[in-house]
Parts: sequence; C-alpha cells; structure tokens
Amino acid sequence: MPLLELKNLTKTYRRAGEVPHVVVNVPHFTLGEGEQRALRGESGSGKTTFLNLIAGILAPDAGEIHFEGRNLVGLGEAKRDRLRAEKFGYIFQTFNLLQGHTVLENVELGMAFGGGVDRARAEELIRRVGLGERVHYFPGQLSSGQQQRVAVARALANRPRLVLADEPTGNLDERNARESLALIREVCRENGAALLLVSHDEAVLAEFENMQDFAALNRALVTNGGAS
Amino acid sequence: MMILNLIYRSLRQHAVSTIVTAASIALATGLLLTVWVVKTQSQAVFSATNSGYDAVLGARGSKLQLVLNAIFHLEASPGNLAAADVEAVRRHPAIKTAVPLAVGDNFYGWRIVGTTPQFFDVEYQPGRRYTVEAGGKLFADGAREAVLGALAARRLQLKVGDKLHPYHGLTFDAAAKHEEEYTVTGILAPTNTPVDRVIWIPLSGVQTMAGHDPRTATDVSAVLIQLRAASAGVMLDTMINKQGNRMTFAYPIGTIVAEMFNKISWVDKVLALVAWLVAAVAAGSVLVSIYNSMSARRRDLAILRALGARRRTVFGAVVGEAAAIGALGALLGFGAFAVLCSGVATMVQAQTGVVLEPFQWNPVFWWGPAALLGLSVLGGLLPAWKAYRVPVAESIAPVS
Repeated sequence: MPLLELKNLTKTYRRAGEVPHVVVNVPHFTLGEGEQRALRGESGSGKTTFLNLIAGILAPDAGEIHFEGRNLVGLGEAKRDRLRAEKFGYIFQTFNLLQGHTVLENVELGMAFGGGVDRARAEELIRRVGLGERVHYFPGQLSSGQQQRVAVARALANRPRLVLADEPTGNLDERNARESLALIREVCRENGAALLLVSHDEAVLAEFENMQDFAALNRALVTNGGAS
Repeated sequence: MMILNLIYRSLRQHAVSTIVTAASIALATGLLLTVWVVKTQSQAVFSATNSGYDAVLGARGSKLQLVLNAIFHLEASPGNLAAADVEAVRRHPAIKTAVPLAVGDNFYGWRIVGTTPQFFDVEYQPGRRYTVEAGGKLFADGAREAVLGALAARRLQLKVGDKLHPYHGLTFDAAAKHEEEYTVTGILAPTNTPVDRVIWIPLSGVQTMAGHDPRTATDVSAVLIQLRAASAGVMLDTMINKQGNRMTFAYPIGTIVAEMFNKISWVDKVLALVAWLVAAVAAGSVLVSIYNSMSARRRDLAILRALGARRRTVFGAVVGEAAAIGALGALLGFGAFAVLCSGVATMVQAQTGVVLEPFQWNPVFWWGPAALLGLSVLGGLLPAWKAYRVPVAESIAPVS
C-alpha cells in the first residue's frame, strides 16, 4: 500500500464574475513510504494548489486522497489540521518563518500543534542543519540559506511521514540551493519521511532519480491550454 | 500552553503598540477606580463626619448650610443666634452638651473659629479625643491665645509661640486686618477631620473683635449639640423647626450630608459616564491596535494554520492577546489609580479637612479591572474573527 494515493482529484477556482477555472485534475498519483520524488512544473501550473490539496490546506472539489490508507477527503477541517500537524512537513519557497520568533521558537512551532513541543528534538534538528550557534537568532538576522535551513528543521520537527516542498530552492543562490536540497533529502531520509518536491529548476530536478512531469500528471493543464 | 506562547511572542513582537494600548487601558482603569473610590469614600466619610455631635443649632435657614458651616467649616454662617436663645436650649433637659461657635474671621484664608474649651473635651470620633501636641496647651478662655488644627499649622508654618493677627471675613483681604494679636499656644494632633483646617480661639475673641458689631457681642454663629437620647432629636426638631420660627435645628447631621450627596448625585453620574466612555475608548484602542496590525499578521497567521494550528487556536490567540493587553493595562491601572486618587485625596483634605482613604478595600477594585478586561476581550473579538477567516493558501504564497 502506498503512503499517498490520489484518485480523480480536481480543484476548480470560482471567482465572482469569472468563468470557473480548473486548476488541478489529477486522475491518479501515488507515492511510496520514504520515497523521494520531484515534480517538474512551470510557474502557474497548479503545483502549489496540488501540494495544498495533499496537505489538507485546501479541500478538493472531487476525488480521493488516501494517506496511510485513510481517505482524507470528507474529513472536517479541524481533523485535516490535526493530521497536517502530526503527519506532514511543509517547506515553502519563501521559507515562511515567523519573524517575531527565534530559530528555536520557529522550529518548535513545527511540533506545537501536533504531539507537543520537544525542545531537545528541536535543538537537535537545529544542530543537524548547522545552526546550533544561532538558536536564539531571529530570521531577520540570518541569510536566505540559513533561513531555509530553519524551515527544513521546522518541517521535520513533528517527525512527519511526508514532507511537501514547494520550490524550496527558488529564493536561494546556486550554492545554497544545492546545499539546501542535499540537506532536505538527507534529513528526510534520516527521519524516514517521504519527500514530494515541486520545482521548475532543472538543476534541482536533475538531482532526483525519481522525477515526474507535472504537466503529464495534471490534465487541467491540457484543458486550460497551459497556464492556470 | 502553546496559545500562551503565541500570545507572549506576539506581544513581544508588537511591543510598542502593546505598551501604548496597555497604557490607555491603565489610564481608563485608573480613572474609573478613582471616580468610584472618591465617590463612595467621600459619601461615606463626609456622612460619618460630625465631630462627635448629634445636631447643630443655628439661625433660621438652611440645615445644610448650617452643617457645612459648623461641622465642615465651609460656607458662610446663615446668621447669628442670640445669647438668650442659646441659653434656653442649653438648659433643655434633652441636651447633654452644647458648645457655641462664632465665625467671621480668617488668617490668610484659614478660618478662625471662636469656641469654648469644652469643645475639646468631646470625643470627635468614638474613643478619640483632641490632644495638643507636645510643648503646647489649649487656649485659656478669654485670653488672646490660639490653638491650630494640624493641617492649618503645617500649611501656615506656625508653631507654638508664634503670633497672628486675624483678618475680617471668611476670605482673605489684606486690608481687613484686625488689631488684636493672638499667640499660638498649641497645635492639635491630626484628627483627619475638618477641625484640622481651623484656627481655634476663645469664643469671646471672635465676639468682641475690634470692628465687629458691638450689638452682637454675645451672639454665636451656631451651637454644636450632643443629645442625651436619640429620641430627643425628633422632639427638638418638632419644637424648634416646626413650632418655632427663629432657629434651625439640623438633625441628624449624617442624613443632612447624605441629602447633599443626593442633590449632587448627577455629578457622580456625569463623572462615571466620562470614566466609562474613557474605558470604552480604551477598549476601542485594543480593537484598533490589533485590527490595524492584522494585515501584517495575516501571513503569520496563515503560516500557523499551515503548520496545523486550528482556526479556533488562532482565534483564541488573538482574543488572548487582547485579554493580555487588558490585564496588563488593568494591573498598571492600579498605579494610575494610586497617583490620581492620592492627588484627589490631598485636594479634598486641603479643601475640607476630610481625609479619604483611597486604598481601603472597595468592590470596584475587582469589578473595575474585570470590566476593563472584559471590554478588552470584546475589542479583540473582531480582529480574532478576521484571524479565524484568514485564507491560508492565498496568504502564504501566490498560487503557482
């Protein structure tokens, strides 16, 4: 049984005065336990919406999302929140660290809404991503590469089964991008978490043995003629 | 626990607006407590102030004016009482003590009151008698000697052995100086009553002061009365006020003062209304402060939601933040109250001699801050609702 299986997943945006816009239409998708896979997709291809649907941040219009054998579609929002807090890690392109929180506090947030804060684990993860000396720094005092490391530590803090990474190197220079990617993959492997990464950066995608074209996966792109 | 951490970190992150908003709550709390404490304390203390007497006898006129003049040493005397009338009342079997007072002079605005040494024999409060501070003594009846109330002595910086010349009238007029010179023989220990604001001289001193009308040399301004029994008060009220037409018998003193507070109760209401308006504005400042920062916080709230925080968690965090600001403000409000109320109490003492005790327990000490806390929470509800409805996906990043 795969860790994640999607069936006939669709999401349409409906804005007042506009024609409904199908953004995601994925007939089938699976991801195995501990698997690391990259999805290639251009900007505007619906990659972020796809990840948000998996994470339960957005609810699909139709389809099924099976995670650990359980269909998440139909779960109430509070249960989806709980599941996200306990089972998912999310790494964003813009890091999305809370500026008023220190490195330690940001990483602790990654576990705060799930099983509870474990300071020793948070400190261990911060050391693991090479920021042991900057535990009490605020994000504004860190470089972009360092901020992304904090985001990685935060995404792994709750011992997730699946880490979703949305253009995680998009805001980094080449060297930092390479280092961050290696770190994300290593840390996911160490923690037994599966990784689903979306990117349009060929250099990033080339690092993955298992890479899939999102355009081939998402039929909405065919229907809409490309951009979503 | 997580919510408390979120609240603490948000307060820390928005420290300046937190402090400014808490300060406005503190001011509102201080104002509310001060208005309430001054209202209840002054009513209670003034109504209980009678200098140990049951009633005041004076010329035909207002009972309240008579009490204010003879007990609180405010207002002008409603007129004089003839010595024969005073004697008639003094001999009445229902009357235990009758102490005459004569007013009409001042010393730099501090009232000079003539009386007999008997005045100082009466307990001004149960179990408390007037005492003269070490090194001094009471005036001798008929002598040009003066005993000063504690506050008057302190403000005028007079001590035993100093001389003073009375000035005619109840307000100071440098041109109205009397020739007579009085020597200070004693300073009364503080009583926290209007007596502290008075310069006491023998009754005959005021009656026979040069320049006063010699035809009134035996008249008095009022007579302070102790009754043998409370029932006698009703009898004398009937006899003097209803059947007579020359004198006024002000009894009971506390009720007359309470009636005064009833007459000016609209002032209390206006002050209370102002205090509540300030409280409402302060609660509004909580709303505005948090609401205005919601655009900047939108992303943070969305991140929290993306990390698994439930809507009710972010709602609770924002309401909790408003409550924390309210609680901090209410706590600081006690400091504002201490400063404001001490200032008001000092002014009241200077003007009336009556000492308010601002820090004596008053129920407003719990319901006042609780009300401000409640208003702050109400002020936090709208921004909390906004936080509750933050669209996570839109707020974190543009859809790709």
